[in-house]
Amino acid sequence: MEKNNLKAWLYLLPAILFLGVFLVYPLIDVFIYSFEEGYNTASQTYLGVGGYNYSYVLHDPYFLQAVKNTFILVLITVPVSTGLALLISVGLASISKLRELFQTIYFLPYVTNTLAVGLVFMILFQKTEYSDGLINILLGVFGMSPIDFIDGPWWAKMLVLCVYTVWVVLPFKILILTSALASVKQDYYNAARVDGTGRMRVFCRITLPMISPMLFYLIITGFIGAFKAYSDAVALFGTQLNAAEMNTIVGYVYDMLYGDSGGYPSYASAAAIILFVIVLTITVINLLVSRRHVHYS
Amino acid sequence: MTNQTAIKTTANASSAAGERNKKILHGFIYAGLGLWALIVLFPFYWMLITSIKSYGSYNAERIPQLFPTSPTLENYADAFTAVPLADYFLNTLIFTVLTTVLMLFIIVPAAFAFSRLEFRGKNALFTLFLSLMMIPNELVIITNFVTITNLDLRNSFAGLILPSAASVFYIYLLKENFAQIPDELYYAAKVDGTSDLKYLLRIMLPICRPTVVTVTILKVIECWNSYVWPRLITDEEAYFLVSNGIQEIRENGFGRENIPAMMAAVVVISVPLIVLFLIFRRKIMEGVARGGTKG
Amino acid sequence: MKVVLEHVTKTFPNRNKKIKDDVIAVSDFTYEIPDGKLIGLLGPSGCGKSTTLNLISGLLKPTSGRIFFGDDDVTDISPEHRGIGLVFQNYALYPHMTVAENIMFPLGNLRGKEKMSRADMRAKAEEIARLVQIDPYLDRKPAELSGGQQQRVAIARALVKMPRVLLLDEPLSNLDARLRLQTREEIRRIQRETGITTIFVTHDQEEAMSISDAIVVMRDGVVQQIGAPQEVYNDPCNLFVAKFLGTPPINVFAGTVRAGKLYFGDDCVLDVPGVSDRDVTVGIRPEGFEVDAAGPMHCALSAIEVMGRDVSIVASHESCQSASIRAIVDADDVKGLSTAVRFRLKAHKVDLFDPATEARIPVGE
Repeated sequence: MEKNNLKAWLYLLPAILFLGVFLVYPLIDVFIYSFEEGYNTASQTYLGVGGYNYSYVLHDPYFLQAVKNTFILVLITVPVSTGLALLISVGLASISKLRELFQTIYFLPYVTNTLAVGLVFMILFQKTEYSDGLINILLGVFGMSPIDFIDGPWWAKMLVLCVYTVWVVLPFKILILTSALASVKQDYYNAARVDGTGRMRVFCRITLPMISPMLFYLIITGFIGAFKAYSDAVALFGTQLNAAEMNTIVGYVYDMLYGDSGGYPSYASAAAIILFVIVLTITVINLLVSRRHVHYS
Repeated sequence: MTNQTAIKTTANASSAAGERNKKILHGFIYAGLGLWALIVLFPFYWMLITSIKSYGSYNAERIPQLFPTSPTLENYADAFTAVPLADYFLNTLIFTVLTTVLMLFIIVPAAFAFSRLEFRGKNALFTLFLSLMMIPNELVIITNFVTITNLDLRNSFAGLILPSAASVFYIYLLKENFAQIPDELYYAAKVDGTSDLKYLLRIMLPICRPTVVTVTILKVIECWNSYVWPRLITDEEAYFLVSNGIQEIRENGFGRENIPAMMAAVVVISVPLIVLFLIFRRKIMEGVARGGTKG
Repeated sequence: MKVVLEHVTKTFPNRNKKIKDDVIAVSDFTYEIPDGKLIGLLGPSGCGKSTTLNLISGLLKPTSGRIFFGDDDVTDISPEHRGIGLVFQNYALYPHMTVAENIMFPLGNLRGKEKMSRADMRAKAEEIARLVQIDPYLDRKPAELSGGQQQRVAIARALVKMPRVLLLDEPLSNLDARLRLQTREEIRRIQRETGITTIFVTHDQEEAMSISDAIVVMRDGVVQQIGAPQEVYNDPCNLFVAKFLGTPPINVFAGTVRAGKLYFGDDCVLDVPGVSDRDVTVGIRPEGFEVDAAGPMHCALSAIEVMGRDVSIVASHESCQSASIRAIVDADDVKGLSTAVRFRLKAHKVDLFDPATEARIPVGE
């Protein structure tokens, strides 16, 4: 076919323009920012070049708190949500009645505004002077004394954040796993059934290996997503996350950029790049592990 | 003979026990799935129920009531009068529509060029595009914030929309779909003297309508729920979107902590997307399953 | 192990919910499959042959009727307790396991006294692999094998537990023409060597005829005819069976019987003693025609196709209901033919059928 160079570039122009200005240029710029020391937002000048921004961020107790929170969130929610999604999807795959209804219900949180529904979780868990809140009353049935999950101890707040995060991420995982399970051909199950294969053996030896690429995809995206947690925390605890000891790394980046503690794009850049390096490392480790355990057809 | 009878009876017995076990297992599965459905639905139920309790009766409930005794719609009136919820709503609508339309204008021609046209550097450029998919938003948002500030576009729709419009992932999704259209159709159109643009608009887009619709819906969901960028770029209430609006309502809302009114606002914000979802249920779920990720 | 089906019927709820009647997939199937034979279930798609196979395997339960393996009533027994081996149309080999692991997989399900050590399982797998001649590929993954090799692995996996009955669903349909010939010989050989009663499903009549000890021809869930391949070919019980078997297919004519003679239009083509005067549908095998300058049947000649040893004459006749007449004759007989040809018919290659019921009308005393 003849080459229509000019025409092709014309079609691509809007995309190149937008991606260049808002994706490629910022990517380069963020590295520059992160090494410019003493950057002044008003005058747009800086004092020197070096690693001070990184050093500052890494010694900032708020950042360390955010890193700790983020890691705990990741380590709890990724296994819990993936395991729960697998359990629910396998359950869904084994029934026929009401299946579509369940699938629809389970997907609902995906299409809701995280900020808005977070407020509902807040009032469910909150203990106020008027009322202990529904969850505390429920826990009281099991003989537990009421806890303030929203303004109380750190672990209680972490718990709510984990619960809400799992609630928010499950729809996507259930959907992906349900379609992965549906794509395993019935013949494999029939073949195993004719051979008298037990339920557990079918699950471990056939189902799990067959859906392993999708499961692995979910684990990777789950890690990446959980490392970027932010809006869930805002929804539950408000915008002053540092004060609530509930900040995440992404939250730290935004707080450095803007708001009451903002105006430091250099620190924000350094923190963002640290986050990027963490996520990249974890993803590479994941990929290496998967080489040995995932079956790709 | 006796031996065969023995085989028969054990086989029969084990298959009967299997039937019973299967029934019990199914019972457990339904119970588990039902429980999770309850956990998913309960927050929605709770926001509805709270939104129709009056301020007084809500605060008087030491033990929250599962059913409202005297339902009222006054909270919905409050949500639209005491705080500018209608403005937030309108802003979000404008933002969502304009961003989605602009995105389509960017991604459709790009996907067309990648799938249909031949030009020097095509493969290299496409690889570059693909690698851009891996860049996390958090990295580029810092510079974008500075850029928009410098352009004096804070607190404006342009500032809200421009950085949110392009999406490498959707270009990729659409390109893959365009590429499935057989070459013969293109050659046939060329023989008839159809221009490339006309071919794109009259043949490719209609054929790939399902994908275009999916991409549009996913983008609408993304826009409606976006929070981080609007929060950074707007501090005048006149430009708040619903996500920022609800945060504003929570922190400075109705002059006092008015949870029923807040829930009314939450309901109003959530309803459009839930309705959209119920209408396009299959399309949305298919689209997301094909590789969408949230936000 | 003989397999007995007694009045087996299977119905499915109609997918179109407006129609209340159930779809009958298999209707009142009764047949005793003798021990150690190779049986082909044959019919066009949707005829119920795969359903029958699944009923025998136990993956489906019959709506009514009983199924016996030997003297055991297996109707209510689940597939794993029936002692069957099943080969799927697309083989259903587990893609993430090697050939050896695939073959050993059923052995890993054995429990209690029958439980085998890994070494025993491996030895057993190697033995079966030698039988089906795939032992050089034991450590490959299925995706690294050709279609024919995958087919053998599937058979090996089905055989490894020494089933009482081996079932094959369209075993050759995923292979190309050359492999198909080779593999069907292979299936025949394996069946002979193991002596396991084997039932296979196919829509290809040539495949069924070439290797089966007996074929079962089905249509719309109803068994049409059961018998040895040549017997069914020579003596079809109705027009459907006659048309379904044989390539090129049987030629169909509309004829009339008057005073013991068969007429095509004005041509009096054959003596049919014992048949009363009536209209008939006539089936003539391609090899049932003989070129004869004085023959009673006048046809217009359309083409002569040379096939090597034989030639195929394409001709037409006003009474012919097929698209055209195809006759297979000796190459020497067509010399000198130009626009017309006259045939004499071989009586044993001509069958009469009732035009309404399509049932065979017996000819003779």
